[in-house]
Amino acid sequence: MFAIVLKEELAPKIKLFKVLAPEIARKAQPGQFIILRIDEEGERIPLTIADFDAAAGTITIIFQEVGKTTDLLGIMEQGDSLLDFVGPLGMESEIENYGTVVCIGGGVGVAPVFPIARALQEAGNTVISIIGARNSELLIWKQEMNQISSKLHVATDDGSAGQKGFVSDVLAEILDSTQVDRIIAIGPVPMMEAVCKVAPESITTMVSLNPIMVDGTGMCGACRVEVNRQTKFACVDGPEFDGHQVNWDLVKMRAKMFVKEEKEALSHRCGEGECQCHRKNEK
Amino acid sequence: MSQEKRKIIPKKHPMPYQDPGVRCSNFEEVALGYSEETAVLEANRCIQCKNSPCIDGCPVGIDIPAFIKMIAERDFAGAISKIKEKNYLPAICGRVCPQESQCEAKCTIGKKNEPVAIGRLERFIADWEMAQDLESTPEITPNGKKVAIVGSGPSGLTTAACLGLKGYQVTVFEALHVAGGVLIYGIPEFRLPKKIVAREIENISRLGVDIRVNAVVGKLNSIDELLEQGYDAVYIGTGAGLPYFMNIPGENLNGVYSANEFLTRNNLMKAYKFPDYLTPIRVGDRVAVIGGGNVAMDSARTALRLGAESNIIYRRTIKEMPARHEEVEHAMEEGVQFEYLASPIEIKGNEEGRVTSIICQKYELGEPDESGRRSPVAIPGEMFEIPVDTVIMAIGQGPNPLVPQTTPDLNTNKWGNIIADAETGATSMKGVYAGGDVVTGAATVILAMGAGKGAAEAIDEYLQGSK
Ligand SMILES: Cc1cc2nc3c(=O)[nH]c(=O)nc-3n(C[C@H](O)[C@H](O)[C@H](O)COP(=O)(O)OP(=O)(O)OC[C@H]3O[C@@H](n4cnc5c(N)ncnc54)[C@H](O)[C@@H]3O)c2cc1C
Ligand SMILES: Cc1cc2nc3c(=O)[nH]c(=O)nc-3n(C[C@H](O)[C@H](O)[C@H](O)COP(=O)(O)OP(=O)(O)OC[C@H]3O[C@@H](n4cnc5c(N)ncnc54)[C@H](O)[C@@H]3O)c2cc1C
Ligand code: SF4
Ligand code: FES
Repeated sequence: MFAIVLKEELAPKIKLFKVLAPEIARKAQPGQFIILRIDEEGERIPLTIADFDAAAGTITIIFQEVGKTTDLLGIMEQGDSLLDFVGPLGMESEIENYGTVVCIGGGVGVAPVFPIARALQEAGNTVISIIGARNSELLIWKQEMNQISSKLHVATDDGSAGQKGFVSDVLAEILDSTQVDRIIAIGPVPMMEAVCKVAPESITTMVSLNPIMVDGTGMCGACRVEVNRQTKFACVDGPEFDGHQVNWDLVKMRAKMFVKEEKEALSHRCGEGECQCHRKNEK
Repeated sequence: MSQEKRKIIPKKHPMPYQDPGVRCSNFEEVALGYSEETAVLEANRCIQCKNSPCIDGCPVGIDIPAFIKMIAERDFAGAISKIKEKNYLPAICGRVCPQESQCEAKCTIGKKNEPVAIGRLERFIADWEMAQDLESTPEITPNGKKVAIVGSGPSGLTTAACLGLKGYQVTVFEALHVAGGVLIYGIPEFRLPKKIVAREIENISRLGVDIRVNAVVGKLNSIDELLEQGYDAVYIGTGAGLPYFMNIPGENLNGVYSANEFLTRNNLMKAYKFPDYLTPIRVGDRVAVIGGGNVAMDSARTALRLGAESNIIYRRTIKEMPARHEEVEHAMEEGVQFEYLASPIEIKGNEEGRVTSIICQKYELGEPDESGRRSPVAIPGEMFEIPVDTVIMAIGQGPNPLVPQTTPDLNTNKWGNIIADAETGATSMKGVYAGGDVVTGAATVILAMGAGKGAAEAIDEYLQGSK
């Protein structure tokens, strides 16, 4: 069992856990992820390692409540334990001194970008960060990102914080005035796709893909993506790829594989018996 | 009773089965097992012939005539000890070994009549033992040496059991959240109930073996790090878990699964109990399974039980099918349809990206290939299309590259299999042994066990020599 030693609510429906997993914390690298299972009936879901502390033996995860499992996770409390927690999975981010790197995080994607940006900064890069969200309330880890960036830009869809507009708009402006050697973008698929449209193909633009996964060790192929016209297993070959080579239509299509079942799972047992699901009351 | 005079009963005593019409919609075990009476009668079919060819047919060399004689004499406790001298997992092997090409293929009676039902007797006696609750913890004297085992399939578990009994401090590292390998995530409940696998694993834990799940070697610790951390030897039994696809158009559409994904969702994650269990699975009305081995049969029969019409598409004929005969028969009884001499060339989908049909090329049998099987040759222009909602690829698996990738000194062949001595499992690294599917490519449970046993002996010799 893996104890949740800290729970924080960062924004509505976005929560942070620190989970005690000393062996993983000792090994984790930026860009990697874990897979967890809440209990015996639970689904295995992947979440990026947002931070790790080898001394304290903890892994930080940040998740958005978007469905059954993340909802159930959201009602767990400090002191509760997760049944399974496996990692670190996937390839670590490539960290070198590239020169100037733009690190972009959209929504909950700010969390996984943070350790990468930090490592890039430690490797001597000039890190320009752009973080964005729908509105100021949903903006997370601004301070953390600020600390490790030479310059931090903020964009919100409604202009309630920073610049009004998308992170890709900010990127376009930066590219006009600055020599950029590499881009990292993590967030919702439409955001990563938009960034890749704005970024010229000559600049490697790493994105972190999050297809449906089961084992996370290369055993099932559920996480198939197409990169440079070749099928890759995102859990072992990725999750980061050069976004210019990613078949985005396929990414979007495969994310819809279980839409019907995801709805069914959400309403199953909702409000019955010991269900503490808060959704019903909210709506 | 005089063995010679007894008239031979020509056929095996039939196995009691769940009725096909009933079992095609449940996940309970198909074969129900012999009763004591039937087992004793079947054991009496064995003529205790002098040269006992069946023993050569068994990859681990069980003294088959001896245990069968004990069953005939109702010395059930004796029979199970006899088997366990050679095979630690008889309840599993009795159920899943391809007896028709192993022990039973060599049976003297089998020359004119049906062979003695060796597999069924092995299963009977193993189940009998479980029902007795006889399990005891043997006295083990620790010898102070540590061995790490990577992978908890039949191969790793056997090595663990052998070394545990000898007094080694054994730790098994398993990537998934449950131990058992293919026995847990691959082979379905209706063929191998998971409580049997769990029971065998409990027995191994009782030997003091520490089984650590959620531990991906290569990610958490590498082989080199395990050696540095004080393990005196390492055994790699990581299996052949990397699914192959065909590289045909449409293969990444929604509704195309690898057999591994389909079976893992269902067996390991219990998707057939969705939404009580939260992992979903979708089959639709009609399923095509590509392949002709055990993996294909298991996928087709699972799809059927989930409510779909199930079709096997195989490029050769029933004669060349590598699956256990019994499973092919059972699949047919349950209503799985078989399309021989055909192979898909394209999968079509709709605008939402969901599978709608599969297009296949027709084949005919040509000249025999190196394996002696007649290889299929495409008939130009002969194609057909079947409307389907789901396609399951069961065309084979390769070794998982995680361990070799992170172990630079470990030699592999061009397919990525670890190169290891067939008897001892010795690899290119001192103190590192390997066996089972990761060495041989996808094979059988009993061969994986045999390799584990050979390696355990070699590891023991190595570590006793290096005191
Ligand atoms: C490598 C990797 C890293 C990830 N890191 C994070 C992270 O750090 N924080 C975080 O909040 N989420 C992350 N995700 C996504 C997270 O795994 C999913 O949100 C989660 O599986 C949803 O499960 P659920 O049962 O709550 O929702 P479901 O009911 O399964 O799905 C609800 C909705 O979420 C969408 N969805 C389903 N699966 C995924 C998925 N795998 N990725 C994106 N959207 C999905 C669907 O479109 C659906 O509408 C990551 C995914 C991957 C593959
Ligand atoms: C669906 C199906 C049906 C089959 N039916 C039959 C049958 O009827 N009869 C028969 O004889 N054979 C059958 N087989 C074949 C048989 O199951 C295999 O030959 C056998 O399981 C191989 O055993 P193994 O121990 O080498 O590997 P596996 O059983 O594959 O076990 C390997 C284990 O290692 C773990 N692992 C992998 N990488 C790592 C890592 N880096 N760190 C930690 N752990 C790791 C895996 O998760 C897995 O649990 C079938 C196979 C399948 C897939
Ligand atoms: S282990 Fe397999 S081959 Fe050996 S006797 Fe038993 S069923 Fe036959
Ligand atoms: S999640 Fe199974 S292979 Fe990637």
